[in-house]
Amino acid sequence: MGLAALTLSVAVAITIGPAQVSVRDVFGVVAQHLGWGDAGVSRIRDGIVWELRLPRTLLAAVCGAGLAICGAIMQSLLRNPLADPFVLGISSGASTGAVLVVILGVGGGVISLSAGAFLGAVVAFTMVLLLAAGAGGTPDRVVLAGVAATQLFSALTSFIVTSSADAEQTRGVLFWLLGSLSGAGWTDVITCGIVCGVGLVVCIALAPALDAFAFGEDAAASLGISVRWVRLVLLVVTALITATLVSAAGAIGFVGLVLPHAARAVVGPGHRLLLPATALIGAIFLVWVDTVARTVFSPQELPVGVVTALVGVPAFAVILSRRRRPV
Amino acid sequence: MSLATRHASWSVGGRQVVHDVTLDVTPGTTLGLLGPNGSGKSSLLRLLAGVRKPASGRVLLDGADLHGMRRRDVARRIAVVEQHAQTELDLTVSDVVKLGRIPHRSTWAAEDSDDRAAVAEALARVELTDLADRSWHTLSGGERQRVHIARALAQAPQELLLDEPTNHLDVHHQLDLLGLVRRLPVTSVVALHDLNLAAMFCDQLVVLSAGAVVAIGAPSEVLTPDLIAEVYRVHAVVTPDGPGGVPAVRFLPGAA
Repeated sequence: MGLAALTLSVAVAITIGPAQVSVRDVFGVVAQHLGWGDAGVSRIRDGIVWELRLPRTLLAAVCGAGLAICGAIMQSLLRNPLADPFVLGISSGASTGAVLVVILGVGGGVISLSAGAFLGAVVAFTMVLLLAAGAGGTPDRVVLAGVAATQLFSALTSFIVTSSADAEQTRGVLFWLLGSLSGAGWTDVITCGIVCGVGLVVCIALAPALDAFAFGEDAAASLGISVRWVRLVLLVVTALITATLVSAAGAIGFVGLVLPHAARAVVGPGHRLLLPATALIGAIFLVWVDTVARTVFSPQELPVGVVTALVGVPAFAVILSRRRRPV
Repeated sequence: MSLATRHASWSVGGRQVVHDVTLDVTPGTTLGLLGPNGSGKSSLLRLLAGVRKPASGRVLLDGADLHGMRRRDVARRIAVVEQHAQTELDLTVSDVVKLGRIPHRSTWAAEDSDDRAAVAEALARVELTDLADRSWHTLSGGERQRVHIARALAQAPQELLLDEPTNHLDVHHQLDLLGLVRRLPVTSVVALHDLNLAAMFCDQLVVLSAGAVVAIGAPSEVLTPDLIAEVYRVHAVVTPDGPGGVPAVRFLPGAA
């Protein structure tokens, strides 16, 4: 049912926009490209669907799913309802890495934008974990360390952009930093799809271990979990997913923070159900948010990260206030 | 045989928290771990659970080194009830108890009838069947401890380790909970603060001071005014043959 809702969301979202396209056209174009006969759709519409809107909408779905999974994993692993790749500075680190490659040409063209983003994500995540561990490793310290890392990497990114980029680069980079799916192509869709798909399978395989973290690391260890190994694998997977998504679509905030909570409210805290549900809800959410972002001020486009933040900040406040319930 | 340690030591931040501890837990009995705050009770329990690795010495389960065993195999033998085990997640009572089945399930397997039966039996044993669908966060302190014991029982352990399980419970619930532990068909090691409860519910006592064992034996041998003055720095009158044939301890005002 969830998958059907996602398919329908994607198909309907594609029809929305300045050029008139029907849901039938969408399925016709997809069928035609998969070699299932001629749909009789005009070449222009075919181009709009296959080259522009379909990859963009699919990338939105993949990004939403991937970021939401990362958020769910980090919240469970760090036992912190406020953890997500954006809050913990991983997205900012990835952005800095990407900007270093794009603007300063670090790596001399050998290192790709994605690799730069990945290295940035790993550096930021390592820094956050070291800072947090040095400060006692309690969940609130992890978030504080994340805030510090976010500030640092945002400042570095701004510094690089303002000191080295020309006006055109600056405009492009800033738009991308706020999160945007406007440059989506099939390569992005396939790369991100594979990384998120593999990541999701790994995470679901570790679902019982994630359940075991409910009462902390010692409790998990006494339930037979190899805490270090599980933590390492999951942190690498989340860093990899985040880095891949940031290099394709910029830093889209709050999807990872808010949607796992929505999914928990629907299917409960067991990770075997929670992770697929989080991925689905994240995908559907971002498909619609991006549709709003690209059409509401058409032909002007809003960065999708602006829209997710506008939705996410109030939700963040609700989660914060709910934490204060008496125990 | 059951759990044992041989010259086990453990340090954190350059401070030796557990120092050269050698002890044997007799199968089927209840061993009480006593000692003032910071004497190393919780750390010794973590060593016995295999959650921490001794810096030197060994921890043995049935004569085999605990750290040579797979974590999952250890978890099928030894269950732990921690002090202040809290969660942010919105779990129900049966969600918590189900966690105990994790070491018995393979990665992709769904919950089976054995799991459900073990959870139901564990809940029945702590008399919480009626609360199975209640949210963890609505429970009282005593109920939470019993849920953790049910979770530990769902692990189907032969050894049960409890870290100050009576903390923050009223007298009724303290007696209730230790009575329950005592009736379970497991070997248990319980860290306790209350000397009278230790005398009532434990077969053997181990007294720790600054990480080292200072006394070991039956409650009547261990609980003496001299030892209490030395370890806890308080004066006490001990009635060796108190109610129920176990020693009764009455503290006196002023430090020793």
